Amino acid sequence: MSAWHQIYSSAPFRRMIQQKKRAVCAMTVFFIAYYFALPLLVGYRPGLMSRPVWGEANWAYLFAFSQFLMAWAIAFIYMRFASRFDKMADNILADAAKSGLDGGGE
Amino acid sequence: MSLPLLMFLAFIAATLGITYWAAGRSSGEKAFFAAGRRITGWQNGLAISGDYMSAASFLGIAGLIAFYGYDGFMYSVGFLVAYLTVLLVVAEPLRNSGKYTMADVLAYRLQERPVRAWAALSTLTVSTFYMIAQMVGAGALVSLLLAGSGIGYTAAVTGVGVLMIVYVVFGGMLATTWVQIVKAVLLMSGTFLLSVLVLAHFGFDLGELFKAATNITLQSDGAAVTRNFMEPGHYYKPPYGALDLISLGMALIFGTAGLPHILIRFYTVPDAKTARVSVFWAMLLIGAFYIMTTFLGFGAATIVGPDQITANGGTNMSAPLLAQALAGDVFFAFISAVAFATILAVVAGLTISASTSFAHDFYSNVLHHGSERRPGDEVRVARWTAFVVGAVSILIAIGLGPNANVAFLVGLAFAVAASANLPVILFSLYWKRFTTRGAVCGLAAGLLSSVGLILVSPSFMGIDGPEVAESARRMIQAQALYPLKNPGIVSIPLGFLAAVIGSLLSREPSAEHKYYELSVRANTGLGAEKAG
Repeated sequence: MSAWHQIYSSAPFRRMIQQKKRAVCAMTVFFIAYYFALPLLVGYRPGLMSRPVWGEANWAYLFAFSQFLMAWAIAFIYMRFASRFDKMADNILADAAKSGLDGGGE
Repeated sequence: MSLPLLMFLAFIAATLGITYWAAGRSSGEKAFFAAGRRITGWQNGLAISGDYMSAASFLGIAGLIAFYGYDGFMYSVGFLVAYLTVLLVVAEPLRNSGKYTMADVLAYRLQERPVRAWAALSTLTVSTFYMIAQMVGAGALVSLLLAGSGIGYTAAVTGVGVLMIVYVVFGGMLATTWVQIVKAVLLMSGTFLLSVLVLAHFGFDLGELFKAATNITLQSDGAAVTRNFMEPGHYYKPPYGALDLISLGMALIFGTAGLPHILIRFYTVPDAKTARVSVFWAMLLIGAFYIMTTFLGFGAATIVGPDQITANGGTNMSAPLLAQALAGDVFFAFISAVAFATILAVVAGLTISASTSFAHDFYSNVLHHGSERRPGDEVRVARWTAFVVGAVSILIAIGLGPNANVAFLVGLAFAVAASANLPVILFSLYWKRFTTRGAVCGLAAGLLSSVGLILVSPSFMGIDGPEVAESARRMIQAQALYPLKNPGIVSIPLGFLAAVIGSLLSREPSAEHKYYELSVRANTGLGAEKAG
């Protein structure tokens, strides 16, 4: 088993991958669903979306605007998650160095 | 000398200064292709924004909103949300596993020569399409903005082309990066000032702006009509409008993360964490910019009016004319210079991405099996490629002429990126069973289906009335075979499907074995390329 494979199958690495997968998949599914709801609604329910809600601003405009807030919010949440994964990765690398695994990197 | 010309010259002088400074720091491969990987997160965020927000965004979307209202804003939304794909699934693993190009990630565990050859072809296709669209736009625009200075279309195209060649050939990635940063700052300030002036015009009451936008009168097919620009459906009309909107959305959301000139920006930072931070900054800037396109577009529609814009150069002139109406000639000159800077930064980014891919993927690794015959060969080839790509783009843009209908080329670039590049990037990074055959099938199917569908779409095929000028007529005068303007809805699933089928029909134990290495490297940064 190569050094890479050893790290790959180690418990801490598996744990990190699993948590990462869960977080990234959840966020990706959510943003794709939220985003495509816009062209679907605007395309197939233009009458409903044209109804004014707040002054002249209608559902179509407000929903489009909310996409910007959604994108920023998800980016912000991801940044929080990512710094946790950074720490996990640092620990994995420190462990690997201790047991003499350098992955054969350059 | 006219005021806009003076401001153009000031920008040219500043960027040539940057190039001169960068030239002394661009010897060696890592310096030339990746700016030494020493760009900071904040700088790269600005540079990504500068690389991404093209004239098509600044002038094109402002114009679409000014003429069609809400539907134009749909582009703005997609252009930002697309960065979530970049942030969540591509930026960090790409930085960790690659060196200079998108193909590095594919070649990591697949057979180098076939995947690099196809990836280089796809990169060159995306970059050239995008470039020709920018160059034709640039020529038309610069000659309009500098009207009265005696600079026509041909001179404008040549000037833009020569400048981008100079930036890239002499200053490499470092000069390109700083031209993009300066442009991003100029573009953000120009857009912000314009937005404030539009809001001031309406007494800082957003409700008043929206109210004015519900009642726009314009000439359509020879008759005056009044439209509510807050409502969707003026651009994407039945029967295919809804499908076309979805198809466009797919190309934007999945295409941005496959645009080679954006992806190579992640190699200019020291590590994956910085790459991530840079996407975050880019998203803040890009989001703020695209929200402001509403003010620009609705402002131009209400304060200048579509008919007035048509009479003074057409949709692309919406933002500059708005500036003139609000604050006179000096501001017009400033906004024109911003548009000029915008074009230059984007074409420089495209030139370096095309030449990096040709030199690194095709010349070094496909032709010479990864070994340099003489030190510095790769950079030398890249410089020559930049020169050739630039010269060819100038000639094509001059040949097409200022009235050529090329707006669809930007959409095509996104469609190829989404259908050919993204599937293979994702599968290389996340699917152990992925094989060389799968990658070649995916790249080929995505590339050919996007280009093929565009050729039989309304952008290329259709029956033009006698009022359409000779140079603006569509290539094939017959009913379009594919009814949508955007190929994504068909070509993206095809690209993914071909990659899956190709992989399942072959086995590649070495690729599976290397997956462990790639996964560890992509997720921890172990063995990743260092700065310096």
